This record gives sequence, structure tokens and C-alpha cells, in this order.
Amino acid sequence: MSKMHVSLPGLELRNPVMPASGCFGFGREFAEFYDLSILGAIMIKATTVEPRFGNPVPRVAETPSGMLNAIGLQNPGLKKVMEEELPWLSRFDVPIIANIAGSTIEDYVEVAREISKAPNVYALELNISCPNVKQGGIAFGTVPEVAKEVTKRVKEVSEVPVYVKLSPNVTDIREMAKAVENGGADGITMINTLTGMRIDIKTEKPVIANVTGGLSGPAIKPIALRMVYEVSQTVKIPIIGMGGIMTAEDVIEFFYAGADAVAVGTANLIDPMACPKIIRDLEALLDEMDIDHISELTGRSWKNEKTRYHCP
Amino acid sequence: MKIVENMKIITQKEIAKNIFQLVLQGDLVQKITGPGQFVHLKTGEGTDPLLRRPISICEYSREKNQMTLIYRAQGRGTILLSKKRQGEYINVLGPLGNGFPVHDLDEGKQVLITGGGIGVPPLYELSKQLFSKGIRVTHVLGFQSESTAFLYEEFRKMGDTFVATDDGSMGIKGFVTDVIVQENIPFDRLYACGPVSMLKTLAEKYPEKEVYISLEERMSCGIGACFACVKKTVNKADEKGYRKICSDGPVFAAGEVIL
Repeated sequence: MSKMHVSLPGLELRNPVMPASGCFGFGREFAEFYDLSILGAIMIKATTVEPRFGNPVPRVAETPSGMLNAIGLQNPGLKKVMEEELPWLSRFDVPIIANIAGSTIEDYVEVAREISKAPNVYALELNISCPNVKQGGIAFGTVPEVAKEVTKRVKEVSEVPVYVKLSPNVTDIREMAKAVENGGADGITMINTLTGMRIDIKTEKPVIANVTGGLSGPAIKPIALRMVYEVSQTVKIPIIGMGGIMTAEDVIEFFYAGADAVAVGTANLIDPMACPKIIRDLEALLDEMDIDHISELTGRSWKNEKTRYHCP
Repeated sequence: MKIVENMKIITQKEIAKNIFQLVLQGDLVQKITGPGQFVHLKTGEGTDPLLRRPISICEYSREKNQMTLIYRAQGRGTILLSKKRQGEYINVLGPLGNGFPVHDLDEGKQVLITGGGIGVPPLYELSKQLFSKGIRVTHVLGFQSESTAFLYEEFRKMGDTFVATDDGSMGIKGFVTDVIVQENIPFDRLYACGPVSMLKTLAEKYPEKEVYISLEERMSCGIGACFACVKKTVNKADEKGYRKICSDGPVFAAGEVIL
């Protein structure tokens, strides 16, 4: 078996790298640049029951080594995703992780029940952490009991394993992780963006029309690493780590922190070839490091010394 | 087809106050399909600035494998870009978007091209192509002042060219719309690029004409994946209800999206 292959609940990944939800649409734009079958998986754009237009523009702003976005979960709705986007993606030999969002628990349940039936959807990613929608969304991601409840309800109807995407906008992310694990989550994806803002010094007003937006990019990598480090020592379920990954070295860092796989977000928006480059570099880096299998790296930053210096 | 390429800087010079003209060489030029498309540039190395900067293509030559960009250095990214020198390379994603429709124009038609400030550059290649097709083109260009004006002589070679400036230091004092009325310029089709207020006025003033406008918005990916640069459609019954400026535009028929 390839040293890049990773097994996670519901997912056999040819490599541990996948584009993160919201930074890849439904893959169409990137398929013009490369064969999407080389990816470990694809996390598609958040899908809601009804189509959503999203927030007014400007929806993005640049920050030091990062960016703010407040797209507002724009998507064509469950029906279109089921009838057009997922069938289109089925031409690629790649598992889809369907990111689902809603304003009520019933919304999540409805999308989960339907979308988990799609033949190329191998797992769900419960988006309880979007900072940019006023109703629901973030509340599901910041109150442990609510997070547990929505996880439980989605698990009851989903035909595939359920991963829950955690928000970093909480006092103690370990509590959230434990709550969703107790709710029956099969895995955790983390982190979503951090709420932030920018102000235009000429107009004196916020740059983003939604006032606040979610901060992503290399600027948040240290926070994401710290949180993966904490959560991986708190729960038993696997973690797909993300937050500012731009290079293969960043991937290794996330594994050392405790991730079992990784997602690449903002990097796709800067270089459409970001994922293929990271995958290629990661394979070369593992050879260089003389690693038999990437899963050996998970948690090395906190596991005992023996494991750390284990040589095959 | 879009590509990512390290393009070589052939020349870079300041042609008006804070306005830079950058000539790049590379195979990306062969992919350009028409006037009005844009490219997305990395303005520095590393992660700061992080995002690319969208800049319209002002002129291109497939024979020379070169394209010219004209941009205003005003933010961190474009100021960094303006410091790059001949012989250096810039990472470019493109060509992006859909340009101005030119092939559907009959020879006898009269065309008016209207640009405001840094909206002027993409209109230059447009004018050149219309001129070479034998179409009569009139230009009305708006600038803040004479010191920030550019391409005036170049546009004059293709047809009558009027200028309006905010302070009256060049051409008439006022807006491009004032010039069109004052000079009583006849036209069947209007192409425009510039501030939204200008585009809005033109679209409202000439509902009976064929009006095409080029829009801009803060972008991140530039290829249609991130949904940052979205405008609602005027037609409420439209199937999608929105257009992405980067991949559906940046050129739209007036009345297609809400300005």
C-alpha cells in the first residue's frame, strides 16, 4: 500500500490531501487545470436545503498573510447539488465529502438524509461553524449541547459517516470536540475560519459588507495547529486538520500536531494548482524523511519519545 | 484555456502619476481570446500579500508573445508590483473572464467607447480591434486631471477622442456623460469601463442602445470558485439569479446585473 494512503471512517484516501469546503466550489473550475482524481477526497461547497444567494459584496478582504471572507453560504441548494453537481463529479475517481449547513436542526437532517444517498458521497461534513450567517450556523458550533444534539440527529439519518467541522471561535475547543464525539461523530474536521474584520481608513467603515468575515490563510496556521494538538489528545475519533496549509511541510506539521489527514483551503484561491503541488511535494518529502507510511506521523509532537524516534 | 505562468517583464514604466505600464512576455498571451479579458497577478513572493491582483489586459500581440497591462499603484500589492523591474518574472494566472463582444458588429455601425480613470486600459485593445475592422469609433475618456491621464494620443490614432477631467486641466471640466451630450456624439453601440457611478449613468441614459459595461469587484480566486465577486441579475426570473464578475464577466450587457 502506498505510503500516502489513509483509511478513515467511510474513506479510503489515496493520499491525505483534499480541498477544503468553500474554497473549491464543486470542482468544475479546478477540473480545467488538472484531473481531480489525483485528490485524496473533495469537500464540496456547503449545501443547504434551499438555494442561497449569500451576502452583499465586498465579500473578501486581504489581511497580513490571510484573507477575510463573508460569502454567506451561497449555493444552488440541495436539489441542484443532487441532480447536477454530484453526478458531474462522479466522472472522477474521488470520494466526496459533502459539507452540509442549515439554520435549524431540521435543515441539517433534511440535507443529510438526501445527500448521504448520493453514490459518490462517502462522508458528510457537518458545517456547524460558518461565522457568516446570522441565523443558526455559529450557535451550533459554539454551544456544546447544541453541537452534540445536531450531530446525534444527523447521525440518525445519514447513510455515511459524519464528520463535524469545529469552529475556533470558542473558549475551549476540546469541550466542543468531546460534545460531538459524544453525539456520535465519526471524525472531526478543524478548524473553520476565525471571526475578524477590517476597516477602510478612507471611508471609516468595515471593508466587508457583512461587517465581519472569517479569517483564513497562513495567518491562522499556528492557531489551527494548537487546536489540533489539543483536540487530538482529547478525543479518539480521527481529525482532518486544516488552517493555512500552503506547502507539504505544513501538512507534516499538522500530522505531528495530531491530524490524520488534511484539507487545503485558501491556497486553492491563490494557485489553482495548489493541491496537486502539495501532493507531489508531500510524496517526495516522505521519501526524503524515509517514512514508511504517513500515518506514522500523527501526533508525534505529543506522543512518547519512543514513538517519536521509532525507526523502521 | 487558463494557465499559470511566470511571465517575463519586458518593460515597466510610470506613464502618468501613479499609473504604470507593464509589458509581459509569455505563452499565456496565446490563450487570450479577445479584448476585455484580465489576468490575476502575484505581486510579491511568499504569503504577504496573499491574494492575487486582477488587472485588465490593455493590449496584446500574439506575434510578439507580449501583453501590456496598465494599472494604478495605490495599495500594497500594486505598489509592490510597480517596483518590479525589467527581466524579473511575475506569476500570472489567466487569461480570465469574457471580453467585449466584437465579432457581432456590422461594419456600418458607429461605436462609442467610454472609459473612466483606471477603467480606460482594456478599452484600448478593443478600440484597436474595432479600428482594424473598419468600424468608426469615437472615444470619451475621463480622468481626475491631466497628470493622471494616459493613452490619449494612442486613442486619437483610432478615432475622435474627447477628454473630461474633474478639475478641467485637460479637455472639458466635468464628466464623460457631459461630453457625450455636449458633443452630440452619435452611436449605435457603447462600450464602457470605469467607476460604477459612470456605468450606472450611461446604462440608465441610453436604454435604447446596445451598451456593454466592464465591472470590477474585490476578488480572490478569479476563476469562479469562491463566489466573492457576485452580482444579482436584474431579471428576477433568471435561473441562477446571479453572475460572477470574474468568470461570467467582467463584461456584461447593461441591464444584465444590478449595479
